[in-house]
Amino acid sequence: MLLHLYAVLVALSTAVLIFAGGLVTSTGSGLSVPDWPTTYGWFMFTFPLDKMVGGIRFEHTHRLIASAVGFLILVLAVWLRLAEPRRWVRQLGYIALGAVITQGILGGITVLWYLPDPISIAHASLAQLVFCLTISIALTTSPGWKRAYSGRGPAPDDRVLQAIATATTGLIYLQIIVGATMRHTDAGLAIPDFPFAFGHLLPPTWDAKIAVHYAHRVGALVVTLFAIATTGHVFFHHRTRPELWRPSALLILLIALQITLGALTVLSHKHYIVNSLHVVTGASVLATSLVLTLRARRSRFEKFAGSSKQDPAYGLPMDVRRAGPLGPADPIGSARGRA
Amino acid sequence: MTLFLRVFLALVVLSCVACGGSTGSTETAPAPAAVVTNPVDAATAGSLKGSIKLEGTPPPSQTINRRSDPYCEQQGEAKTQNFVVSDGGLQNVFVYVKDGLGDLKFPVPTTPLVLDQKGCTYAPRVFGIQVGQPLEILNSDETLHNIHALPANNREFNRGQALKGLKSTHVFTTAEVMVPFKCDVHNWMNAWVGVLNHPFYAVSGPAGAFDIQNLPPGTYTIEAWHEKLGTQTQMVTIGPKETKELSFTFKL
Repeated sequence: MLLHLYAVLVALSTAVLIFAGGLVTSTGSGLSVPDWPTTYGWFMFTFPLDKMVGGIRFEHTHRLIASAVGFLILVLAVWLRLAEPRRWVRQLGYIALGAVITQGILGGITVLWYLPDPISIAHASLAQLVFCLTISIALTTSPGWKRAYSGRGPAPDDRVLQAIATATTGLIYLQIIVGATMRHTDAGLAIPDFPFAFGHLLPPTWDAKIAVHYAHRVGALVVTLFAIATTGHVFFHHRTRPELWRPSALLILLIALQITLGALTVLSHKHYIVNSLHVVTGASVLATSLVLTLRARRSRFEKFAGSSKQDPAYGLPMDVRRAGPLGPADPIGSARGRA
Repeated sequence: MTLFLRVFLALVVLSCVACGGSTGSTETAPAPAAVVTNPVDAATAGSLKGSIKLEGTPPPSQTINRRSDPYCEQQGEAKTQNFVVSDGGLQNVFVYVKDGLGDLKFPVPTTPLVLDQKGCTYAPRVFGIQVGQPLEILNSDETLHNIHALPANNREFNRGQALKGLKSTHVFTTAEVMVPFKCDVHNWMNAWVGVLNHPFYAVSGPAGAFDIQNLPPGTYTIEAWHEKLGTQTQMVTIGPKETKELSFTFKL
């Protein structure tokens, strides 16, 4: 349980990091610290606080939070290595660690190379993957996941829900990449009005920036339709499964909030707080959809885990787990003992 | 996992190599060899004088919010300087010979031209420099600045100056009108430099006046550039020892 709570903390801190990254881009502070990994020649952690002025406040704070998150993920990976019996969950920890290190290097490269669009977009997109990895670890270490949400009968194996939820998650991620492209190519106000485009449904003129911006708006519509379809399916077929309807309802609420923030971003001429909230809410939409997708596919993980000789904790009946050396509430210990 | 580790290590090595290359790229470019002969004959050289006018009412200057840096805020109120107008004359317009000098080569000054960061603004805001001439960037403020040049044809650079009195020198290698500078720490700080292969340029002063001296006789394309209003060009022919008057009018 402690490991799960820690994983939740790591996921929350990653969301904070994404918000801080959004602030850097929204305030145009990405190059206010020209060197990396040093800060104006100082070792990052000894940079004087009284020199945190102007854009440096955003950029240097982002670096400090990123370092802290990197450390938290390192601890998480080690903790999983020591305490987690499921090999694939341990591997999630290693991948998250590799991803966050790569993310840091990408962040450094984009500063040293003066924010080239492809690197900056990759940095923004990988951030979402790091967040997804920490969310996945938090979810798969949760008591509910380990019980296979069996309180109301066996987890459903609904292929339609699995397909549509997976598609929704994939589309949200694609939409986030388009959004990152829009941000980093300075196309956020290429269409200055909302909900119309220059007063029309279709922009009367086109260029690359308008196309990216319009694609992001169309993407929002597509994502919304898929989210409604997913949620509708859950409420129609799985109303008694809280592990499914809760994230479905949250998904709809977050998408409504996200569209509002997107509109406000345009109408406020990219106010940096609104813009950054739009970024982190987008990440929350992705995370919520991912949770729903993973829970919808929970029964498949059961089969997958049951086939692994190294992961005996999965698929075991509760009475077998209770035989662990630390007593009845020690599923990990019981798994290790059995292994 | 082995494959994952290999891929990750390869990424790290690649990144290190890439970072090393980038660090080198921000170094000052070597100055081109100076041309010792001066093709301008003082006996026949003419000059070009004139003024830049603005038609229309410019937007009023706005007070810049500089609270993000207490030092800058203490320097007093600062106003936007996109349109500096007095008596109908427009200041900070870069006027230069765009065409007509052919293949003539001109001596390159070795004296550095200073771009100062003082009071959390650039001084000067608009200026010209020759290819190969040293540009000395100075921090006269007791706060940090980064000097970030965003050229299209020259090499981009971004250098930090954390302490008062710090200087760095840069030499442009290619003619380019204009190269913008900005400070990412203080997003209100902007400057522009016109980089030319010759010394025939001027920046309009109070009342919009400009003066280009020692021009060889000939027919030239003269361009005037303003940070918000773009460019205008005119043709002018200057005879031996002749002083021509030229006027540009920008409209809002």
